[in-house]
Amino acid sequence: MKRVEKWKWIVIIFIFLIMFLTGLPSTGITDGTKLEKWLPKKVNLGLDLQGGTHVVFEADVEELQRKVEERGGEFTDKELRDAMDRALKKIRNRVDKFGVAEPVIQRQGRNRIVVELAGIKNPSQVAETVGKTAYLEFKLVSENQENYIERVQEDGLQNVKVKDKYLNEDGNIREGSLPQMVDILYQKVEKERDADGRIPFVLRNDIVVEGDSLKDAHVTMQDAEYVVAIKFNPEGARKFARITGRYKGRQLAIVLDDVVQSAPRIQSQIPNGSGIISGDFAAQEARNTALILKTGALPVPLKIEEKRTVGASLGQDSVSMGLRAIIIGFIFVFIFMIFYYKMSGIVADIALVFNLIIILGVLVMFNATLTLPGIAGIILTIGMSVDANVLIFERIREEYRLGRSVGKAISNGFDRAFVTILDANITTIITAMVLYNFGSGPIKGFAVTLMIGILASMFTALFVSRVIFQTILSRKNIRKLSI
Amino acid sequence: MQFLVDTNYKFVTKNRRRIGFAFSIILIIIGIVFYFLNGGLNLGIDFKGGATFQYKFEQKVDVNKLRDNLKEVGFDRAIIQKFGSDKEVLIKVEQGKDSTELKNYLEKQYAGIELRREEKVGPSIGKDLKRNSFWAVIIALGGILIYVSWRFEFKYSVGAILALVHDVLITLGAFAIFQFEFDRTVLAAILMVIGYSLNDTIVVFDRIREYMRVERPRSDKHYEETVNKAINSSLSRTIITSVTTLLVIVVLYIAGGQILHNFSFALLVGILVGTYSSIFISSPVLIEAHLKVSND
Repeated sequence: MKRVEKWKWIVIIFIFLIMFLTGLPSTGITDGTKLEKWLPKKVNLGLDLQGGTHVVFEADVEELQRKVEERGGEFTDKELRDAMDRALKKIRNRVDKFGVAEPVIQRQGRNRIVVELAGIKNPSQVAETVGKTAYLEFKLVSENQENYIERVQEDGLQNVKVKDKYLNEDGNIREGSLPQMVDILYQKVEKERDADGRIPFVLRNDIVVEGDSLKDAHVTMQDAEYVVAIKFNPEGARKFARITGRYKGRQLAIVLDDVVQSAPRIQSQIPNGSGIISGDFAAQEARNTALILKTGALPVPLKIEEKRTVGASLGQDSVSMGLRAIIIGFIFVFIFMIFYYKMSGIVADIALVFNLIIILGVLVMFNATLTLPGIAGIILTIGMSVDANVLIFERIREEYRLGRSVGKAISNGFDRAFVTILDANITTIITAMVLYNFGSGPIKGFAVTLMIGILASMFTALFVSRVIFQTILSRKNIRKLSI
Repeated sequence: MQFLVDTNYKFVTKNRRRIGFAFSIILIIIGIVFYFLNGGLNLGIDFKGGATFQYKFEQKVDVNKLRDNLKEVGFDRAIIQKFGSDKEVLIKVEQGKDSTELKNYLEKQYAGIELRREEKVGPSIGKDLKRNSFWAVIIALGGILIYVSWRFEFKYSVGAILALVHDVLITLGAFAIFQFEFDRTVLAAILMVIGYSLNDTIVVFDRIREYMRVERPRSDKHYEETVNKAINSSLSRTIITSVTTLLVIVVLYIAGGQILHNFSFALLVGILVGTYSSIFISSPVLIEAHLKVSND
């Protein structure tokens, strides 16, 4: 048989070395060695493997429309787009302040924003915080509370409740039952005397200082409690001074996102535009509140439509379980191929190892993300990628049985199997592509490893194992096929 | 070692074709019956919304006690199940309940409890996923139909598509029977099954096409025999590839962890059925389609 062209081996060794070196750091072998500096970074792990949070916020479009129309404007798609862009910028700003490395913050569809955070201590809480509207208002507490609210004795406890005539059957404020001038909002408390853990306040709608006139916010201590100190801009300060002057002695409620934080009594006029928000904050909570107040309110309220959080320990468990499954699956298939195809099985096994190296290398090279379903995809590839070799070997056996010489049987086998392998794999790639386009995060990872696996197996079966066969045949005079 | 060499099983005679079709139809009907008996699939929160919490306790968990605990705080419809080990549970809460309370309560009640995973899905996301999955399956099948019609002939794609629909229905049926949770990873597995089963079918079709060129069958009987010969000569490959693939899926099912359980179950069923259908459904349907055309 004729000699194998040298370039084929050069191509194989070149690809092998590149893939091997690209993938090597991800195995952890080079950790702490000098090689670490010279080789590429480790493969990106998905949130489900490294731990982290994936949140989808959805904008309350109706609320935005109401707000725009209240201002007398016309609500258009452009309004929504603008609001979403500004919200995105604000969220990015807030995430940056939390010091999250490489966060993902992007628009999705018409009215959604996706935030992905990893590598911080409490990603779930941070994600919730950055999506808060942070709309701060100071509202005067109405003088005639007792018109709307009653004190009741319940199970021997004092309780403050909104009168029944203002409530609907769900226990919420009935729409249209309150005069235009007032609104009822709740303060959340962790006290036993109120069964709901919330105290209603009747607030004046017309006497208000909005929080968009804030200049600064930071955490300080007051009476051994964490509070947020705020500073108004000049315009806000003037308004604040006017109200605190006129309504001295009355209560002023501090309302954040429609929840009453506290309602302190105005002791004296506050001329310099600084105020304190106290609200039974924990240290972290106070810091977060200050932070979102400083960046300002979102132009449109967002609600969490989807939230998925995986703890770092679970992620680690998933990685080690996935690795174990890969190793066990690999050993089974490896042994099976030798058992069934003898020496030729070894060639298939070499191709299999090559496949795995290519998958890892390509993942790193294209900066793709490995997820738990992605690991499953690798395991599946181990089982399926030998298929190309199986197709070839079965063809070779057939040709051999028909009485062809070893060399002829092998080259016929490869030629005949080629079309089959192509057709069969292209259809699998079609489904993998569909998966990639329709799937969300982790599922995309599955589609990616599957696609790389299929392409790699075509390369290793049709090219690499063929070259190995040809080389062996050209060096040794083989009469009997070990297959 | 070799087996299934030079076999000549009669897979596609008229009677055998009927037996194969009948068997598959019975399997599908069983699935449908269970679907209605069990009130549909056990859809996960990915599709219907809601929240899931995976907690790890310091000691072995008493699920009954935990259930009573949760009833007290108003989560009487929460589903609690052990997850993987004795110390871990999965708590599922239906859509629309504020689960912050549940978290606060559990973290106060049980010291050293660890929230390992938390998933919350709102109704609009679930609706989107349903719509997207529907289109994903349709587009995948459409793409395959076009490719197979182009590379082979239209009657081949009829066989391929029917076999795929068959595989999907039976896999769904298995989920209706066992009531394992149907989440988005299962959906991915089903698309994967479509890919795999088609792969199997194409290999057989390829052989059929090759033999058709050589044999140029003139009679219906001859056509049938040619198809049968093609199935037999690719039989050992069909079985070997199934074996290696099933081998790794069984490993994944046993050692891949609880999160991938439903996923690997779907693959297990789907690949078994897919292997079956590439022999007993796609090629027989091809013959039926051929007969229909040649008799008209």
